[in-house]
Amino acid sequence: MLAIWQGFLKAIELIITLNPEVLEITARTLVISISSTVIATLMCLPLGSLIHFNNFHGKRTLINLVQTFYSVPTVAVGLIVFLIFSRSGPLGFMELLFTPQVMVIGQIILIFPVILGLVIAALTGVDPAAYETAIAMGASQFQATTIVIREARYAIYSAVILGFGRAISEVGLALMVGGNIRGYTRVMTTAISLETSKGDIILSIALGLILISLALIINFSLSRLQQRWR
Amino acid sequence: MILMRTAGLTHVYDKKPVLKDINLEINNSEVFAVIGPTGAGKTTLLRLLDFLETPTSGSIYFDGVDVTGSARLRVDIRRRMSFVHQRPLVFSMSVYDNVACGLRWRRQRRDVIRRKVDNALEMVNLAEYRERNAKNLSGGETQRVAIARALVTEPELLFLDEPTANLDPISTAKVEEVLSRVIRERKTTIIMATHNMAQGQRLADRIGVIVSGEISQIGSPNEIFCLPANMEVAEFVGVENILKGVITGKEDNLVTIRINSSAIQAISDFEIGETVYALIRPEDITFTLAKGRTSARNVFEGKIIKIAQVGPLARIEADCGFPLLGVVTKRSADELGLKVGSRIQASSKATAVHVIKRWA
Repeated sequence: MLAIWQGFLKAIELIITLNPEVLEITARTLVISISSTVIATLMCLPLGSLIHFNNFHGKRTLINLVQTFYSVPTVAVGLIVFLIFSRSGPLGFMELLFTPQVMVIGQIILIFPVILGLVIAALTGVDPAAYETAIAMGASQFQATTIVIREARYAIYSAVILGFGRAISEVGLALMVGGNIRGYTRVMTTAISLETSKGDIILSIALGLILISLALIINFSLSRLQQRWR
Repeated sequence: MILMRTAGLTHVYDKKPVLKDINLEINNSEVFAVIGPTGAGKTTLLRLLDFLETPTSGSIYFDGVDVTGSARLRVDIRRRMSFVHQRPLVFSMSVYDNVACGLRWRRQRRDVIRRKVDNALEMVNLAEYRERNAKNLSGGETQRVAIARALVTEPELLFLDEPTANLDPISTAKVEEVLSRVIRERKTTIIMATHNMAQGQRLADRIGVIVSGEISQIGSPNEIFCLPANMEVAEFVGVENILKGVITGKEDNLVTIRINSSAIQAISDFEIGETVYALIRPEDITFTLAKGRTSARNVFEGKIIKIAQVGPLARIEADCGFPLLGVVTKRSADELGLKVGSRIQASSKATAVHVIKRWA
């Protein structure tokens, strides 16, 4: 217990003194996770709107399918991405395996169903009269869609935060396609995993604290944003 | 000049016709009220005219142009119109932004938007609410935001769908006051759906009565309320004395209608032998206690069978060989000492009796 406490204190020291390794891993983790979340959101907003605002055969089945992929194991996505980008895979010629770029791609695939499903749910939660009101006020279809997305913004923020949370906290995918290369593809989760297995719990605790703090900051920010207009 | 015209407008939902062969002409700067019972098709008609739905058949002309077929044209024309819904939805943003939306969508300049929104909010007496979240307003205030939002784009044609249906009397009065100002000052063409007949009477230049998806009658408020074209319209506009009879005599235009064992005289073009309804509005019936001389052509002896107080009025039901309903002020009823069982004399002028054809 004493060892854990001492490890905890040293970890805080590492954070306060801005330890270069801690900073570097944290920055890389944020860049990769934020990139994948932003790209996935930019893809999911129009696609989710397209699915929500159009009635087509199999729409319910498609939504069910998307929801099924919410809980797809990260290692399964990791394996698929690995096979696609490995030397003998269909996209092997791009030589992206064990790079931050492929980690971003993997995370996009991982969080895409979560954000898409929740965007559709968020849009469904908006009063259908909002779209028609906008149309009656002279909005084009695009403008009316934009106002409905705006009405659903808090639920969409939650979807994005959830996606970001899944991206930043996953470890299986990052290990498989990133390779946990020091100074290149090592992110917080893979570093925690590796350092803990090596017995260096100080760095693990420091990174763990940062991860938890990030989650808290993001959640508080979202709550404040939601309360602002209540 | 005609601003909007429909030709043979028909709409079907789930194989059930909700509007049948609607032919309307709406003039510039006119206030046209569509009245009718709930479910008659008023809202559907307004939605078709605002191109929110596409009619099953028929055409809609705006400013002489057939708009029915072209989606692009519909958007352009819709931007010259505004719609205030029965239960208006305000967006989760400030009152100012709600009102500004339509102008932003029309890509107007920021200073123009500010000036127009301020004017619109002044008009509906909501200037001090501009920074409030519109979602937190009361029903009446929300309705006024919706009206400001509709007016700010300076529409050529304004649709109002039951604009005061869900409001308390004070809010209703405020909304009507705003609408009266718009009618007076802006000369905007308005098509309003309402089941509030008095509101239609107060605000409209012409009224169309829609019953079961069909236009039963179009006319001035006076024509609609005093000279209903058929039974459905008569019942809807509150003619409560609807008496079945047969014309048994005619002298020029003065006809005698046999109703049970009594006779009523009225002004009509119908011929002897025709089966008709004689319609008398309750407010056109006069009651007296004793037999006395009167200039009225129709005088019936009877007995009061029921008295009901409605606000400052007393509704008096009498048996005159046929049921007859009249309205007097509560004070008059008290002064005359009218009570259930009293023998009375009810009278009405021949001109107050409206005669319509009764189909067997």
